[in-house]
Amino acid sequence: MTEGNDLINLIIDGIEIAVEPGTHVIDAAERAGVLIPRYCYHPGIPSRPAQCRVCLVEIEGQPKLQPSCKMTVTEGMVVHTASEEAEDARRAVIELLLVNHPLDCPICDAAGQCMLQDYALETEQLRSRLHEEKLVQGRDRIADDILYFADRCIICTRCVRFMSEVAGDETLIVAQRGDRNVIDTFPGRDLDHPFQGNIVDVCPVGALVHEDFLFKARFWDMDQTASICPGCSTGCNVTIDVKENQIVRVKPRHNPEVNSYWMCDHGRKHLVMSNRGERADVPLIRPDGRLVAADWSEALAWVADRLLEVTGGDAVVSPDSANESLFFLRELLDRLGIGGGSFRVPTGEEATLAGFPKLALRAERAPNTTGAELFGFARVDDPAPSPAGAGLIVLEDPLADHEPEWGGEAAFFLYVGGRLSSAARNAHAVLPVTGFAEMEGSFTNFEGRVQRFHQALRPPGLARPAWMVLSRLIAELDLRRGAETRTETPLEVGQAFAAMAVATPELGGFEWDSIGPKGARLVAAGDAVSADVA
Amino acid sequence: MAYPYRDDRETTTILSRHMGEPEARSLSGWLERGGYEALRKAVQMEPDEITEVVKESGLRGRGGAGFPTGMKWSFMPSEPSGPHYLCANADESEPGAFKDREIMRWTPHLLIEGCLIAARAIRAEHVYIYVRGEFFPVIRVLNQAVVEAYEAGYIGESVCDSGWGCDLTVHIGAGAYIAGEETGLMSSLMGGRAEPWMKPPFPAQRGVFGAPTTVNNVETLASVPGIVMNGSAWYRQWGSEKSPGTKMWCCSGNLTKPGNYELELGLPLGEIIHDVCGGPPEGRKVKAVLPGGSSTAFLTADELDCVTTYEGLQEAGSALGTASPIVLDETAEIVPAMRRIAQFYAHESCGQCVQCREGTAWITKILRRIEEGDGEPRDLDTLYDLCDQLTGRTICVLADSVVFPLRSSLDKFRHEYEALMRRSASVAT
Repeated sequence: MTEGNDLINLIIDGIEIAVEPGTHVIDAAERAGVLIPRYCYHPGIPSRPAQCRVCLVEIEGQPKLQPSCKMTVTEGMVVHTASEEAEDARRAVIELLLVNHPLDCPICDAAGQCMLQDYALETEQLRSRLHEEKLVQGRDRIADDILYFADRCIICTRCVRFMSEVAGDETLIVAQRGDRNVIDTFPGRDLDHPFQGNIVDVCPVGALVHEDFLFKARFWDMDQTASICPGCSTGCNVTIDVKENQIVRVKPRHNPEVNSYWMCDHGRKHLVMSNRGERADVPLIRPDGRLVAADWSEALAWVADRLLEVTGGDAVVSPDSANESLFFLRELLDRLGIGGGSFRVPTGEEATLAGFPKLALRAERAPNTTGAELFGFARVDDPAPSPAGAGLIVLEDPLADHEPEWGGEAAFFLYVGGRLSSAARNAHAVLPVTGFAEMEGSFTNFEGRVQRFHQALRPPGLARPAWMVLSRLIAELDLRRGAETRTETPLEVGQAFAAMAVATPELGGFEWDSIGPKGARLVAAGDAVSADVA
Repeated sequence: MAYPYRDDRETTTILSRHMGEPEARSLSGWLERGGYEALRKAVQMEPDEITEVVKESGLRGRGGAGFPTGMKWSFMPSEPSGPHYLCANADESEPGAFKDREIMRWTPHLLIEGCLIAARAIRAEHVYIYVRGEFFPVIRVLNQAVVEAYEAGYIGESVCDSGWGCDLTVHIGAGAYIAGEETGLMSSLMGGRAEPWMKPPFPAQRGVFGAPTTVNNVETLASVPGIVMNGSAWYRQWGSEKSPGTKMWCCSGNLTKPGNYELELGLPLGEIIHDVCGGPPEGRKVKAVLPGGSSTAFLTADELDCVTTYEGLQEAGSALGTASPIVLDETAEIVPAMRRIAQFYAHESCGQCVQCREGTAWITKILRRIEEGDGEPRDLDTLYDLCDQLTGRTICVLADSVVFPLRSSLDKFRHEYEALMRRSASVAT
């Protein structure tokens, strides 16, 4: 932190505030709780062309209104963001933007989260003085899955500058001049970049939209949930937009330590695709050769009885599982005397974001490989089923690419997962668990950052979080092994996390509620409680 | 006849002296006319000495803004930490102005000489002459002159054998008005769109290719050799205290003898229009004048006794601009003329700032509607409001440029707007 006497003091709308030298007025105002409208300025894009002119403010001593995105603070500066002149200029910018902007909000994907719509209402522009015809520019497919509605475009050039300054790919340009200005691809080049989806996110209006999302949902019909992208080991912070219990869209959520304001296109598609597939939604047991439905008490009791009959065995887990689930599986395996356990990691090509190189689509296409290793599971290329006659427990690996007979020779094959592939159907019992978007939990990303995700979807049928299922199975086992009282089982994720943190030195000192929006880095085992809990 | 429409009165000419003499284009012809003497003198002077002479001469930028040239040069760092650049703004694009192209077409070496003297003053190692793309004959002449000057050692590693080196490149633009704005020019020179940028940083701090840069108009640079050769007092024998020297006047519109005239600054505007240019055709009277080109405020026939200096025209409520009076006589209508001007600015707006991009185009649409007889009285309020919004709220002054003529036409010729509206009312009833 900067020393107090190095700070610059200024007054914004009567609010005294001290900020670091070099801070721009627009950011200082935001810290003072004054949100100055902005279009061209985006905190994640380095350049500040100051061209949209909607952030003009009055600065005492300056003869003209000044763009607050461009002006840096000076000692004793007095800023008025809502003076008569500033408000007049802002009203005019909005009126002028609406001169050629179609009022097609009823069919625009951005309606409800559109900065032009918001400011038009804020500046009370319900009628236009325009009597002339609007300029019609049409639309364009600017990339494989991105449409450009030129009429809606306000030429803030955020998309152009994202591509050139953040993605490092100068493919987008402004073509033409004056009010004929449109965004286009550079002649002879196509927009095809693994991070291009961010141009849709930075668009302050509905000019750039994902074709996949086109006309799918109104903003106000969706629920937003803070989550972590499971597409690779980076663990980008995301917001999942859900309509009618389906993920319809995923947007990046700011985390300066992980993904800044961005995410890759692979992550977006990966999450939307996760709606697909057949789900196990009721516990299944095989008391007499056939899988039959059971309720949870019956299923857990039956599985516990069977597990007591097994000696030795193996486990296959998934790096898509939450830390809490992996922890309770390890606890279960310890009680059964089964060591080891392995997991596979799907891989793909890496792609780094030039302007924020910490953010990459990483080769490891799973969110929690670090977590799986933390709980003692080994990374393998192809997990072999347990030797014939031994136990086999599979946690969440969908086994989709295995031979249909895989696992069939195990003495007892327990499948704890949500998807029923042919191999999974060989199990003696299936305990249905929630996918990551249907539960709360945490992942540990490639650099050991523990990040929480929240529940976005209702789980199907009787599916429950794996940590809940496994902890209760442990309690059943303990009872059968003569425990005097029922082993305490967590009722909610905070308790599950607490149990995990107590037993895991690397998580020493963490509490569910203290892991902030930036996540918390693992500490070296045995180290003091000095996690950089943000 | 030599150069057409030469002022037949007794005036001293500096810039246009050799216009109409094709031989002056060649290096040998130029040397015969005393060419490059000023450069020979300048290379023996210290950079700050040159700046000082130009400062004392009171020479002001001829591109329109009239900023004192010597002062502009003095903003350049005196201890270079890297390369410095000089850009000669030859993108002459103000409607009504046609002087720079003539200076280059007849006396290319005058510009080259001025460029090199200025480059020495600001410690530039490279001069870019940014020429408007449509000036094909000019570009040909200029390129030929540059080749000759290089061969003769007036440009290059050791200018006039002084050991001081400076290069010069003629860069051909693509014909955009806004490339004549200094930051727009530099954006274009660097290979980008001609989009002006917010100052600061000023060009002298961070200009083309990130280096300290001075941008000077062609006429400004062409005035420099005479000043360096003859001294500031010589230059100050013409013009006023604040506006010394001579100036090219590009007179167009309803005139008997339109054309380029080099005149001492400070003549009454009416004298230029009537005595020099012969006034409007026989039997017609002046209605309005845009004294400094299309981006200056209209003056009416009653205001022509104002003095044609920077300060004089400012007092009269207009500006000297590029000294390009466009004269409208009684046969001309103000509204269509104003619409045509607005249409030009709407076409040439780079489109960065919302006020300019949308405002200039909307103004054009409103004016066209009024012109076609569909105007309503409240349109004038809208136009006045747009004038307020387009003033001083954008990155560059292109938006302001349309406001000067528009606001003055509304103030001074409101009756012409209203007459068109009455026409609409009578049609409606």
